[in-house]
Amino acid sequence: MLGAADEYPAISIGLREAYDVENIGYGVYSPLDGFMVYEDLENVLMNMRLSSDLPWTMPIVVSVDEDSMDFGVGDEVLLSYMDRPLAVMQVEDIYRLDRRLYAERVFGTTDPSHPGVYNVFREMGEYLVGGRIELLDTVDNPYARFYLRPMETRVLFRERGWKTIVGFQTRNAPHLGHEYVQKTALSFVDGIFINPVIGRKKRGDFKDEVILEAYSELVKHYYPKDSAVLSIVRYEMRYAGPREAIHHAIMRKNFGCTHFIVGRDHAGVGNFYGPYDAQEIFREFPDLGVTPVFFKEFFYCRRCGGIVHERICPHDESNRVRFSGTYVREAILEGRDIPDYIVRPEVARVLMSHPDPFVS
Amino acid sequence: MGQGKYTTVSIPRSLYNRIKKLVEETGFKSVSDYVTYVLREVVAMHESERYEEPFTEKDLEEIKKRLRALGYI
Repeated sequence: MLGAADEYPAISIGLREAYDVENIGYGVYSPLDGFMVYEDLENVLMNMRLSSDLPWTMPIVVSVDEDSMDFGVGDEVLLSYMDRPLAVMQVEDIYRLDRRLYAERVFGTTDPSHPGVYNVFREMGEYLVGGRIELLDTVDNPYARFYLRPMETRVLFRERGWKTIVGFQTRNAPHLGHEYVQKTALSFVDGIFINPVIGRKKRGDFKDEVILEAYSELVKHYYPKDSAVLSIVRYEMRYAGPREAIHHAIMRKNFGCTHFIVGRDHAGVGNFYGPYDAQEIFREFPDLGVTPVFFKEFFYCRRCGGIVHERICPHDESNRVRFSGTYVREAILEGRDIPDYIVRPEVARVLMSHPDPFVS
Repeated sequence: MGQGKYTTVSIPRSLYNRIKKLVEETGFKSVSDYVTYVLREVVAMHESERYEEPFTEKDLEEIKKRLRALGYI
């Protein structure tokens, strides 16, 4: 197939779509077997379901500009990332992108300061191309050691004898607030699937290798043997708040999770969503097939002498130390020690010892 | 873009009346909304009971080999 690549018209895709190709091909986006045709996108935008009625909240689309469209419905086209063919698509539908409707329905705003909206208005082409794909190749993966496909995690969970598995999504190095959320959930299930998102990050975020190293230390020193699986997913965040929380839950269901942790402002950005909107939306999906586990914010209370949350701590704000990524970042940049009630010492050592832990 | 398509299903009038009364005290907008919600829950449960993992014995062995190589098992 690859040898005959020149014979196909090609669509040049970005990293976001390249990861989408991989996720469709490996079943992370099951039941999708390709990029959305108009009927599916319309249903997703209006009803948060595919045309088959199955829950689905995020558009998975590939766009092109009219002047680069040298193919039609019924053709096969290559989807290429930086001239590397990743998939063949059987073109089933070509339709115009309604940017305003897309942004309003998915992000709840047309404000261009929202990164998802910016992408829709400034980066996407004017037409969308839908159709089934056949995976040929994937983008290079420097973290292949940490990558498992859904088929592999399902076998792994079975091998470990886990019947109930809670999924945890992260884009950050772990502090004790994360750990307590995870362990509270773990108390009620057989195992936890810690699933960092690897993809384009914002300036100032921890680098992917730092997050993975930090989590490896945390799992090694603070989780019972065989109670946690650490494995990545390659995916570009859309910052669609509530809708994206459902999407994240569906991805983890495909990895074999029975439960999924949804925290405060899950998949949010700025002040576009209410702090618990991403939890409320789950009420609309009785057929999701994965049970959401909701958490409010954990914090350290000096009076309690431990990590607690609103419902179990009676003390006022002056006793509480909030977990803050900004605090951790500043402490690292200034070379200050991070208290061990904020970050585990083994994790702190990873963060402090890395010559350049942040995305620049 | 229009709304999704709908069809009609018959239920006993007495059940309709019971649901109508119930719906007034809940967040549901209509009997149809309520019935759709409940049916989706039940249908999903039956579908998951019928679900079978798509891998063969050969797949299973290859996957276990990779999992062992990566140190997961």
